[in-house]
Formats: sequence, C-alpha cells, structure tokens
Amino acid sequence: MPTGVPIEFARLTKSFGNVDAVSDLTLTVEPGQVTGFLGPNGAGKTTTLRMLLGLVQPSSGTATFGGTPYARLASPLATVGASLEAASFHPGRSAHNHLAVYAQAAGLPKTAPAAALEKVGLADYGSRRVGGYSLGMRQRLGLAFALLGDPAVLVLDEPINGLDPEGIKWIRLLLRAMAAEGRTVLISSHLLSEVQQTVDDVIIISHGKLVHRGELSSLDVSDSKQVQVNADDRERLAEVIHAAGYTVSNLRSGILVDNAEAAEIGRLAFDAGIAVTALSQKRTGLEESFLTLVGEEGSL
Amino acid sequence: MRFFAAVHSEITKLLSTRLWWVLALIMVGYVALCAGGLAAIFGGFGTTGRGPAIPEAQLPLLIFSFATSVGYVFPVLLGALAVTSEFRFQSLTPTFLAQPRRTVVLGGKLLTLFLAGAAYGVIALIASIGAGAAVLGAFGIDPLLGEPDTWAFIGRSVLAMALWAAIGVGLGALVPSQIAAIVIVLAFTQFVEPLLRVGASITDWSAQVGQFLPGSASDALVGASIYTSISPSSVALDWWQGGLVLAAIAVIATVIGFFTSWRRDVS
Repeated sequence: MPTGVPIEFARLTKSFGNVDAVSDLTLTVEPGQVTGFLGPNGAGKTTTLRMLLGLVQPSSGTATFGGTPYARLASPLATVGASLEAASFHPGRSAHNHLAVYAQAAGLPKTAPAAALEKVGLADYGSRRVGGYSLGMRQRLGLAFALLGDPAVLVLDEPINGLDPEGIKWIRLLLRAMAAEGRTVLISSHLLSEVQQTVDDVIIISHGKLVHRGELSSLDVSDSKQVQVNADDRERLAEVIHAAGYTVSNLRSGILVDNAEAAEIGRLAFDAGIAVTALSQKRTGLEESFLTLVGEEGSL
Repeated sequence: MRFFAAVHSEITKLLSTRLWWVLALIMVGYVALCAGGLAAIFGGFGTTGRGPAIPEAQLPLLIFSFATSVGYVFPVLLGALAVTSEFRFQSLTPTFLAQPRRTVVLGGKLLTLFLAGAAYGVIALIASIGAGAAVLGAFGIDPLLGEPDTWAFIGRSVLAMALWAAIGVGLGALVPSQIAAIVIVLAFTQFVEPLLRVGASITDWSAQVGQFLPGSASDALVGASIYTSISPSSVALDWWQGGLVLAAIAVIATVIGFFTSWRRDVS
C-alpha cells in the first residue's frame, strides 16, 4: 500500500505580465484526508495545480511532493496520479490505447491500463474511440489515467464536473476510501456544495491568493441563521412570529424568519395554537461564508 | 531505458490512430500512379523522339525515384502531425505527466518518426518499383532489379524518407498549429520549392545555393529524380552531403522548436 506524502507549496507565484495569477501561496496538504481546493473560476486553481505537476514554470517559489518537484520524481505516474480539467484525449484513439501510451512511457506494467479501466467502470468500453465518449465517461477516463500507476498522491482538477448523480456518489466513496488508506487527495472545485460531502479540509483561494485554510467546519461561522416555516393560516403565523420580535419575509412556500432557531419558532406557533405544516432550519452557512470569502462577484 | 520507454510509447501513439495507414494508402496510390504513368510515357512513347531523350539504362531509377520525388511529402506530414496533434488535442498534458523530461519525449518522437519514415520509404518503393517495373517490363525494358546500383539507390531512398519524417517533427515543433503546419508542408513541397529549384538553376551562383534546398538535397541523396532529369545543368551535392543537409535541417528545426514551443508552459 503506497503511503501518501505531503504536497508542499512554498511562496509559489506565477505572473503573466503584470498580473499575478497565483501569488505567494504557502501551504501543506497532508496525507490521509481529502483536501478541497476551492475558488471561483479564474482564481488560479488550475495554474497552481499545473505548477505543482511541472507543466507550468513558476515565476518564483516551489511546489513539491515531500520535497521533490514533480519533474524529479523517480517514477512520476506511480507516485502522483493527476487528472486536469482539459479533455486531453486524441479522439481517434481507443481508451485502452490512450492509457497504454502513457503506461508505456512511464514504464508501468502491461496490465495497468486494463486495471485502471476496471477501477473506473469503463472495462467494457476500453476498445471504443474516445471521441464517442460522453462527458461523464471522459471524466472517468481522466480518473483512470490518474489511477494508472496506483499512486499515493491524487491531484484532481474538477473531478466531479460532468458526472451524473450516480457518478458523483461513486467518486465520493472512491476518494474517501483512498484517503482512508493513507493517500494524499487534493481535489479542486469552483463549487463548495459539489465537494462539501467529500472533503475534510478546505483551501480557498481568490484572485490567486489564499483566503482561507482549515477544516470544513471552520467555514460554518455564519451567524445569520434562518428558519423556514409554514402553516395553513400563513398570515396569522407571520403576525405571531413578528410580534415576538423576529424579522419575517414571505416566500412562495412559507415564511422566512431571520436569526432564529427552529425550536423557538415551533414553540411560538404551538403556544398560539397554530398547526405548523413545515418547519426547517436553513443551513446556508457554508456556502454563504464561502461566497463572502471569495467575494460575491466571484461566484461566476 | 527511459528513452526506450519513450520510443515504445511514441510507436503506440503512431499506430493507435488511423492517420498512419490513411497517409500510407494515399502515398501508395499517388506514387504508383506517377511511376506507372511515367514508365508508360517514357517506355512506350519515348522512342518516337519527341519527349526528352533519356537513356534506357537510366530510366528504371528515374521511374523508381517517384517514391521519394513525389512521395516525400507523406513522411513530412506524418512527422509534423505527430507533433502538432499533441498541441491540438492538448495531449501534451498527459504526455509530460508520464515523462516530465521533455527532451526525452521529443528525442523519442524524433527517433520513432525516423523509423516510421523509413517504413514509409519501404512502402513507397514497393509502390514505385512494383508499378514502374511492371510497366517497363511490358514495354520490353529491363528494370535492372538485379543491379547493385539499384539496391544502393533503394537504401538511400529509405534513408531519405526517414530523414523527411524527422524534418516533419522539427517543423511541427516550430509550427505547433496543425493547420498552419499542413499548409506550410503542402505549399512548400508542392509549389514554393519546385519554383525555387527551377529559378535557382538559371544562374551559376544561385544554383550553388539551390543545391542546399531540401528537395535538391534529397534528390542528391537518392541519386535520381525527375527534377534533376529535366534540368540537367544544375549542380548537385554528393549523396552523403545531401543526407547531411537533410539531417541538419531536421536537427536544427527540432532544437529551435524545442526552445520555442516544446519547453513552454502547458496550459
């Protein structure tokens, strides 16, 4: 079983002309957990990952795997498995041959392509040309490339993008299992909601700078807790809650109460003799603090 | 070991798409048509005295040399496309992930395409000799297949085709845009260079320069060509000098391409 090594960024910077795509990024990604690398599109996630993988030359600083840059790894594909967002396939080549090309270049065993296709559920489609693959199948093939050398470190750029719900569930379980085995797993996404059930730790960057680093729960600092409630006599319910000093607003399917706990609103309705037909605490904390961190305009 | 793995991978890349056999098929048709057609013209009607007088002993090699004189564009295309398709389909990303040492990758590609060009040479010669010898034989002209000169010519032709594929690799690295590379290959080989060669043969000093044009160097290496036959006044390099000129073009283009495109950021 390969043991993961930490991914280390030290003062990593990439400038294009006067613009810093990534500036002064210093952090460590630990093995044994899934780390989410988040930020809006254009925040510098892909550039950072490409620097880590030796595809883009940093302007300054370093990105290493336990101290070794990607280009100096003795057997790169057997150490680090990576899949990047761009669809890097020759459409006329079969999936099996696509993988065989890189397995041969990396000196991996002849059985590696078939094993990787099996792991991602493409075993029956290996002889098909990649040009005919759906987006979800291409994502799986990208992942198969990452898994070719049974690496101890996984670096995946937007791995969930384009997967169907079943695929999302499948990749979640796979990544969790890989991390549980002690591997280092780093996945990027521009949507927190996409990865929040998968990651333990989050790194958030915006405009090329680190804006947050910590456990997923550290994001849940929002103090604007809301309750959504409904009843047959909605007007009277609103009056009762308003009278208790809460700010209410009308929704299509009920009333939204700011700064409230569901238990308290339920009790108010009970005391007033109103039968509540719906009552729920709105958990907007994570996504909202994410948007606050990256700036509202960044959500696109 | 690492280099061997890179060559292995490049061979798989080449053989796992349809390009190589589609190009080879077109090459066979084109070369066989030219060789058979010209063999019929020179062999059958050359005796009427109207066409250029070519001694019967020189005729077979002239006909067979269509393998290179018209066929060389195919290994160039194969070599150029082997490089430009990596840029076009963004497959440089997995390629450099599997082998981060980019000199190893490009060196492996260069050797692989050199070998593939030699294979194209063999195929093109089978086409030109097959069609040419059959037609010449039909007109009662000895195709001279048993002569040592013919076999030396065959060896030099295979080398020329191998070098042309290597030049294609260099061109692809210099001009990573696939469309631009194809346009340059076709325009240069089919139009620009033939004109330059005819133009260069007009004066002595320009002929000295013209012999270093890649097509002239290739014909010098092969030792026979329809071009040199129709402008016999032009000077030519020795066969080995022609080979060195082609090899130098391939190496220089590849090295410059390495620095201008191959070494750049992949994003």
